[in-house]
Amino acid sequence: MTNPFTTQRKPRLKTLLGSVLVASSLLLGAAQAEDKLKVGFIYVSPIGDAGWTYQHDTGRKALEEKFGDKIEVKVLDTIPEGAEAERVTRELASSGYKMIFGTSFGYMNPMLKVAKTFPDTHFEHATGYKTTDNLGNYNARFYEGRYLAGMVAGSMTKDNKLGYVAAFPIPEVLQGINAYMLGAQSVNPKIEMNVVWVNSWFDPGREREAADTLIDQGADVITHHTDSTAAVIAAQEKKKYAIAYHSDMSKYGKDAHLTAVTHHWGDYYIKQVQSQLDGTWKPGSIWGGIKDGMVDLAPMNDAVPADVKAKVEEAKGKIKDGSLHPFAGPVVDQDGKEIVAAGSNMSDEDMSKMAFYVKGITGKLPK
Amino acid sequence: MNADTVILILVATITAGVPLIFAALGELVVEKSGVLNLGVEGMMIVGAISGFMVAAESGQLWLGVLAGAGAGMLMALIFAFITLTLMANQVATGLALTIFGIGLSAYMGQAYSSVALEGIKSLHIPLLSDLPVLGQLLFSYDPLVYLALLLFPLLVWFLYHSRGGLVLRAIGESPTSAHALGYPVIRIRYLAVLFGGAMAGIGGAYLSLAYTPLWSEGMTAGRGWIALALVVFATWRPGRVLLGAFLFGGVTIAQFHVQGLGVDIPSQFLSMLPYLATIAVLVLISRNAKTIRLNAPASLGQAFHREVH
Repeated sequence: MTNPFTTQRKPRLKTLLGSVLVASSLLLGAAQAEDKLKVGFIYVSPIGDAGWTYQHDTGRKALEEKFGDKIEVKVLDTIPEGAEAERVTRELASSGYKMIFGTSFGYMNPMLKVAKTFPDTHFEHATGYKTTDNLGNYNARFYEGRYLAGMVAGSMTKDNKLGYVAAFPIPEVLQGINAYMLGAQSVNPKIEMNVVWVNSWFDPGREREAADTLIDQGADVITHHTDSTAAVIAAQEKKKYAIAYHSDMSKYGKDAHLTAVTHHWGDYYIKQVQSQLDGTWKPGSIWGGIKDGMVDLAPMNDAVPADVKAKVEEAKGKIKDGSLHPFAGPVVDQDGKEIVAAGSNMSDEDMSKMAFYVKGITGKLPK
Repeated sequence: MNADTVILILVATITAGVPLIFAALGELVVEKSGVLNLGVEGMMIVGAISGFMVAAESGQLWLGVLAGAGAGMLMALIFAFITLTLMANQVATGLALTIFGIGLSAYMGQAYSSVALEGIKSLHIPLLSDLPVLGQLLFSYDPLVYLALLLFPLLVWFLYHSRGGLVLRAIGESPTSAHALGYPVIRIRYLAVLFGGAMAGIGGAYLSLAYTPLWSEGMTAGRGWIALALVVFATWRPGRVLLGAFLFGGVTIAQFHVQGLGVDIPSQFLSMLPYLATIAVLVLISRNAKTIRLNAPASLGQAFHREVH
């Protein structure tokens, strides 16, 4: 968000509407049958048709399809992180929801607090790192998909220059940037990449401006780690290529959209709810990747040659069976310092604290 | 930075400034008539979704722009009725209008976040657009950009060189005197507010139909507030509003280029620059207290009670 007024005002309205909705729907819900397992989902943004929350909701739909009448699912979207999230989680827990999924990083501490007061309710938090007896966390290795997407980008660029529109310099975003670059370098060692930070998860105008800037500076394949489809649209209009994130965005750029790194939560939700029904649920700390079906690539554009597709498929197979790690040594940072030695892979812990650019990325990492 | 980059930055600056120009010039006219409408963001975003909906349903982009203007006017009409006829507080009503607009647009747009639209394209003028440098700098925009640039001189002419503009400004300075002279204060304020709504609506439709041809919730991302601030920091002078809008757009684009070129300045600092630079420049060039008093509409934000006088 670019303006302090909107960031205050919008959630306030949402809060108001949200609380009315929650209150009224909980009253309604309480009147219904008690024997069904009640499952709640809390999203940070509107569901929309593409993006982070949309992918979680697609998983939620798969869950409902699978279990049908056995479960009762409630979805609460656009719940701001912090105090509001805590209130909503508490309301769900106190009205009989035995399993609650929260899908934003900032829900971690609120959920932790509520979990303490509802020991019989099971909580699942996405993208966090804390666990208790009744709180598990789950996340996906998006960087695995990024590596494969980087291979596509590196094969398709004519000018050996890639562009990356990024939101905030946090480890998850940096994992994506570096894996993408390493994937591109694996097929094309001459590659260079510019990164532009928009300091916002969602502002289509600024995302568009950033994508345009990268294209103006000579990048011919761009990708983004922000929430809107603006970068894909920019590439389509300027007759360049784009690789989308979160969802398949091919309808926003028929010619530009090479592929997308997509998220898939359905199998995980089904597995967790099944274990809850069986009474075997345990708090886990899941970081699933391509092998677990949590990350994938969207169907590729016809413009991508068959040999590139084959190469990517091969690498995907190797990531699945563990013989290829995107951050396999030697990984060298921008200043030439060796981060991972040849013959070893970067540890999960080191990845979760990532704060460097790999060699070949121009510009300094904002600290 | 070579000459090509400079041209690219300038071209991007013009388009980045356009939504702000529409909204800010509209608000300037409203405020010149003595009404303070803080609902610009709300009118803009309702204009964005209405324009997008109509364009997506009808396939006519220009109908979409008209719908954006119309929706902005409808929003403004609500505001005008509450503040001018019912004489409610303008600040509170304007804030409410923004909150209402953001909610309403989200509701209206539920089914449209998945729709892909071919946006309004840049004009290609034979010969002129192919000129080196000038072609790109002057003749490479979409029609709405030219509309914004055309509106500016028209507006200046209206405000400062026409009788209607004189009456409008007189009402903004002293509605009681204007009323005593027989001018219909409320009717003219209504017209000004409606004009402001139409302009904000077009600004919003520019975002959803030309700049980023898509609909997503909250896509105006605070541009209405920036437009409002521009009017104040430009001390109610159209030329400075235009300058401020381009300055804001220009610094936004330039900071992306600086990042892309790998200059070692934290991106968080660069993100702040457009706001900082615009405010600093406008405050510096407008710091003469006397001219501020001369330009600020004296009755700004006050309700006009006809009966009392």
